[in-house]
Amino acid sequence: MATDTLRPCGDYRSSYRADQTLFTTRLTLACCVAGVVLLALAPLVLSSYLVSLLIQIGYLGIAALGLNILVGFSGQISIGHAVFYGFGGFASAFLAEHGVPVPLAIILAGLWTTVVGLLFGLPAARVKGLYLAIATLAAQFILQDFFVRAAWFTGGSSGAVAAPFTILGFDFSGDARYFYVVLVFFVVLYVGAANLMRSRDGRALIAVRDHYLSAEMMGVNLTKYRTMAFGISSFYAGIAGALYAHYIGYMSVEGLDILFSIQFLAMIIIGGLGSVMGSLLGTIFMVLLPELTGALAGALQGSAIDQALHLKDGITYLREMLIGAVIILFLIFEPDGLAHRWRQIKAYWKLYPFSY
Amino acid sequence: MTSSLLLQLIINGLIIGTLYGVVGMCFVLIYKASQVVNFAQGEFLLIGAWTCWYLMTAWQIPFIWGFLFSIAFMMLFGLALQMLVLRPLIGEPIISVIMVTIGLSIFFQALMKWMFGTFAQPFPPIFPVAKVEILGLQVQSAYLMSTGVSLAIMAGFAWFFKYSRVGLAMRATAFSQQVAQSLGISVRQMFALSWGISAAVSAVAGVVVGIVNGVSSALSYFGIKVFPAVILGGLDSIFGAVVGGLIIGVLENVAHYFDSQFLHWGNLYEIVPFYALIVILMIKPYGLFGTRDIERV
Repeated sequence: MATDTLRPCGDYRSSYRADQTLFTTRLTLACCVAGVVLLALAPLVLSSYLVSLLIQIGYLGIAALGLNILVGFSGQISIGHAVFYGFGGFASAFLAEHGVPVPLAIILAGLWTTVVGLLFGLPAARVKGLYLAIATLAAQFILQDFFVRAAWFTGGSSGAVAAPFTILGFDFSGDARYFYVVLVFFVVLYVGAANLMRSRDGRALIAVRDHYLSAEMMGVNLTKYRTMAFGISSFYAGIAGALYAHYIGYMSVEGLDILFSIQFLAMIIIGGLGSVMGSLLGTIFMVLLPELTGALAGALQGSAIDQALHLKDGITYLREMLIGAVIILFLIFEPDGLAHRWRQIKAYWKLYPFSY
Repeated sequence: MTSSLLLQLIINGLIIGTLYGVVGMCFVLIYKASQVVNFAQGEFLLIGAWTCWYLMTAWQIPFIWGFLFSIAFMMLFGLALQMLVLRPLIGEPIISVIMVTIGLSIFFQALMKWMFGTFAQPFPPIFPVAKVEILGLQVQSAYLMSTGVSLAIMAGFAWFFKYSRVGLAMRATAFSQQVAQSLGISVRQMFALSWGISAAVSAVAGVVVGIVNGVSSALSYFGIKVFPAVILGGLDSIFGAVVGGLIIGVLENVAHYFDSQFLHWGNLYEIVPFYALIVILMIKPYGLFGTRDIERV
């Protein structure tokens, strides 16, 4: 779970500052900047469909990072992340409808979701582990029920219309333009999270996860950090939900069910608990998984396997099964996720051909 | 009129409550024996009910054989699940174990939807009369059977844990794995067995609910409804699970009564147990009969 388990030997750091830098070498900094620049050029070359996938990875990745801060860094578990994501979407649509400019509405929606998250995170101050899992399960059902009931807020079963994203009259609707909005939020929030983890608060969260009794004795306020983790996670979920709402232009209760919450959990398990980059890797995996199954089913169309299994009707179930199977397989065979695999690959090349 | 409606609903609540109690017991059995919170309990009901339904409709097997076969099948299924999926995770952090059971839950729910479709399928008629009148109230004979079966299961559990050798061994394992092991009890077998029994008994509950409401993926919702019941009763108390189940069952139906008579919010009875759950967690997280965790360093 820890971030630096696989530091190759000979890689010494002689000061705390060196130990805590955001970018360990100049090369990583250069790679990150180059990655962002390349991404910024993506809408110019890629097809609209691929850009839409990238946007999807962007906002889902933000939400997954939020959940990873809660689960991976502070060691609590939430089975209700989708409703916070949904709450952010509805809140932003609601604010935009009442005259708040959309960019501001997204941020306010994040803060509003934070408040709601803190409300449900209050049990976190008292209970932990599986009790918390069950409390968030209850939050999932209660908020889902609230969305259906509160027609003034969510538009009831018909859903709420979210205004398009505009800054000073410049319209950001359409995949190629909205991409930059998501990219900005994405970069800011990811760097923010990586930065948080090297601050005092971030280290306190990790201490609470690793051994809460010791952490408490070291003077870490457990209640404060547990609820804070809930708040941060809800903030990320809220922003992600708001980005989604303004992208689609519409937010509805449908799809905010427990399966979606579990998909977020699957993302961070696959990516690697307690890894900022893992959240992104897991999201990419989960976004591409349905594409893959779709392509696979398309390739098998009309063949004997297709006839026997009714692939066409069963494809949605097949995807759900895959989500379940992937969670189980990763937890049994690769509990540290893709991020761990990535670190192993890096360490391998760094020391090639002598692996010690 | 309204008071008789209330009475009818309370009786319904007790009947549903005994079923919650049975599923709750299965849940607690797994938790007590192997410290695993099983989010896939509802899927045990689902798979058991579909097995029985399939045997009865596709192969025209008489109910009693189909019923017994599905119990046996679920026993094996539970054992296999523990050995293949849960055993590698012994000693892993609790979050991983919870998430594996969640993964199992989605996997099997989707598999069942794929195999049998999303629509509720009615069981072939089993009882000669659909309804029986008791004390001036109409009670479906399936409900009557469900209560009978539930009470039998509860009595069976009580006997099993009080007198049978395996039951005692299981209690010893729950009390302390080290001590149990030093007395020659195979902890691995006990873990697997607890899953087997839990799955088999859940299948009974699944078949019973299936007879009343038809078999559909809604059955797995029982596995989630059981959380308020077991938290109320205390996670590690089998007796508490029964009491909690009864209370939640009645609470649901009383909420339904108030909703239909006064509030007209609609759908209240589905959501009330979760509000109750949050309140219990805030006030008394270890439930009515659960043991408080005392942590020593």
